[in-house]
Amino acid sequence: MTDLEDAGGVKGATASRAAAPSSTPHDWPLWEVFVRGRRGLDHTHVGSLHAPDAQLALRNARDVYTRRQEGVSIWVVRASDITATSPQERDPFFDPAADKVYRHPTFYTVPAEAKHL
Amino acid sequence: MTATKATSAETSLRQAAIAYSLRLGDDAFILSHRLAEWIASAPELEEDVALANISLDLLGQARLLLGYAGELEGSAGAPGRSEDDLAFLRDDRAFLNCLLVEQPNGDFAATIARQLFFTTYQLALYQALLTSVDERLAAIAAKAVKEVAYHRDHASVWTVRLGDGTQFSRSRMQAAVIQLWPYVDELFDSDDVTRTLAEVGVTIDPPSLRAPWDGHIRDVLAEATLDVPEPGDTLASRRGGRSGLHSESFGYLIAEMQHVHRSYPGAKW
Repeated sequence: MTDLEDAGGVKGATASRAAAPSSTPHDWPLWEVFVRGRRGLDHTHVGSLHAPDAQLALRNARDVYTRRQEGVSIWVVRASDITATSPQERDPFFDPAADKVYRHPTFYTVPAEAKHL
Repeated sequence: MTATKATSAETSLRQAAIAYSLRLGDDAFILSHRLAEWIASAPELEEDVALANISLDLLGQARLLLGYAGELEGSAGAPGRSEDDLAFLRDDRAFLNCLLVEQPNGDFAATIARQLFFTTYQLALYQALLTSVDERLAAIAAKAVKEVAYHRDHASVWTVRLGDGTQFSRSRMQAAVIQLWPYVDELFDSDDVTRTLAEVGVTIDPPSLRAPWDGHIRDVLAEATLDVPEPGDTLASRRGGRSGLHSESFGYLIAEMQHVHRSYPGAKW
């Protein structure tokens, strides 16, 4: 690796991706992209991309994920900053909830006067 | 006799408007083609998409402007040329784009420097055209001004990242600024066409765009830790595009851009 790549810089375009795949800056971090649609209230995860920093990640996200009017607001989060559950943890994390029907509010009788529930 | 005078003034105004629409349209069209050359060889996939989006924005502007030039030609008597005729059936000497936009892509830094210089000029110009007495030009500018604001932002953030990046990227970016600097002066040249149109409020004379251009470029280069070229750092200013005198590489660009249309006239897909 050259010092250029170590610093996350941009290689000269004279070496194209096809000609020198090894010189592609794979050290650009991965960013997860969340877009809020025109009528949506929540930012929804739409995908991920590579970018050297947050400002360029926003711009890349704008070009890759909102070019067909998909959104009016974008969040980007460095993928490495997301703490996620692992597949190994799935059973202890989620299975115990499967047989706890009493956690759903289905055992109450709703008074006739209570509307809009 | 006054009627004849008025008619000849009208004719020269129309001729100026045709030339001016062609200039703006050709600037957008040729830069669009240069940027399209990057597709599949930009530094990153995301940048492929970004440059292609910018290219398509410019192509849309070119269609509106060349279409308008053709309409103006038509109202002068004979039917005017269509946007395709103007794009694909003119020879290189009939193109009126500035020399800056036709400069070869070079490395990524050279493309970014070209983008920075041109979009900064184009944004200032379109902002001025918003109040043009020519309603078509004003409407085209109103559509394009948001696009170009983003193009300038894209070029500016990249200039800062390359200039204030690694030693290697900084030297490439500085070299690109020096290499393309000689093509800047032509953007702000005043001539009969611009003066004729400026007098009646269709556009403003290009020299008045220089101060805002200098302001933004100096800010960006300063943030990018790059030097603004001093007289003597660069080659002498190059000119000629507005009168159809282009760089050597322009012939190759035109050949590649037009050959399908010329080889298969009327082909559809």
